Amino acid sequence: MSEPKSLYDAPPDFVFDLSRGAKMMSRHGHGGWLGLDYHAHGPDWVELSLPWREDLVGVPETGVLASGPIISLMDNATSMSVWALCGRFVPHATLDLRVDYMRSAVPGKTVIGHGECYKLTRTISFIRGIAHDGNPDDPVAHVTGTFMATHGTYL
Amino acid sequence: MMGIGIPPYSDAIGVVVDHEEDGRPVMAMDFGTQVMGRPGYLHGGAISGLMEMAAVAALRTELERRGEAMRLKPVNIQVEFMRGGTEQRTFAMGQVTRAGRRVALVNAEAWQEDRTRPIALAQMKFLLNPAE
Repeated sequence: MSEPKSLYDAPPDFVFDLSRGAKMMSRHGHGGWLGLDYHAHGPDWVELSLPWREDLVGVPETGVLASGPIISLMDNATSMSVWALCGRFVPHATLDLRVDYMRSAVPGKTVIGHGECYKLTRTISFIRGIAHDGNPDDPVAHVTGTFMATHGTYL
Repeated sequence: MMGIGIPPYSDAIGVVVDHEEDGRPVMAMDFGTQVMGRPGYLHGGAISGLMEMAAVAALRTELERRGEAMRLKPVNIQVEFMRGGTEQRTFAMGQVTRAGRRVALVNAEAWQEDRTRPIALAQMKFLLNPAE
């Protein structure tokens, strides 16, 4: 079976597999350009990695990653955590996202985005997560937010 | 626009200063695969990146007007996505709500062909430190 370009283009009989889905999302569009990659997942969480790259820097003098790529990393990781908890792919859109920047990511280090879905309703999913660069107990950023199912329902 | 250097990340996703409105910079970003999320739509992270740049530009402009040289440290951002961003040029402008001596609060808005129908809103908080 040929790989669809996006989960949104996948045929109805497409068997959803998180690691495969994450890898697919990371090959195209903004995620692909950023270099996001699948790291790990569990029943209600997904981890993606964001390798440091010179053109993703926000402050040229320090080499610190810009905050934009961190938002994209956490948007994708938390989005996928919803599908992890659903056990299937549900088309949805980010309603809101709040990101607290706790410290700067260390230049040169890969950032891991851990996204977790902690509540599903029929149409809204509630998510939270952290971004860290090696030690989950010393996060770079903390996020919370909500998604809305755009076609169909989560439950 | 003077005093606003575009950082590598913003430059890479194609953020430019489009024009000025009431002395404040209006930023713009063209659609392309590097900023696409689900097929045919802008990625929320790219919209956020554009609004962050607009917020930083608005704050820098305001601090420059006051003659204050400050280093900005983002504390947090809250983004509301209201409409899907489609395959066209996106604009964003920041508005400084409050800039005190240590903290600044800036709102930003992103829109496409219709200025009165924003696609996203952001509120950003910065810590201000006097530059050496």
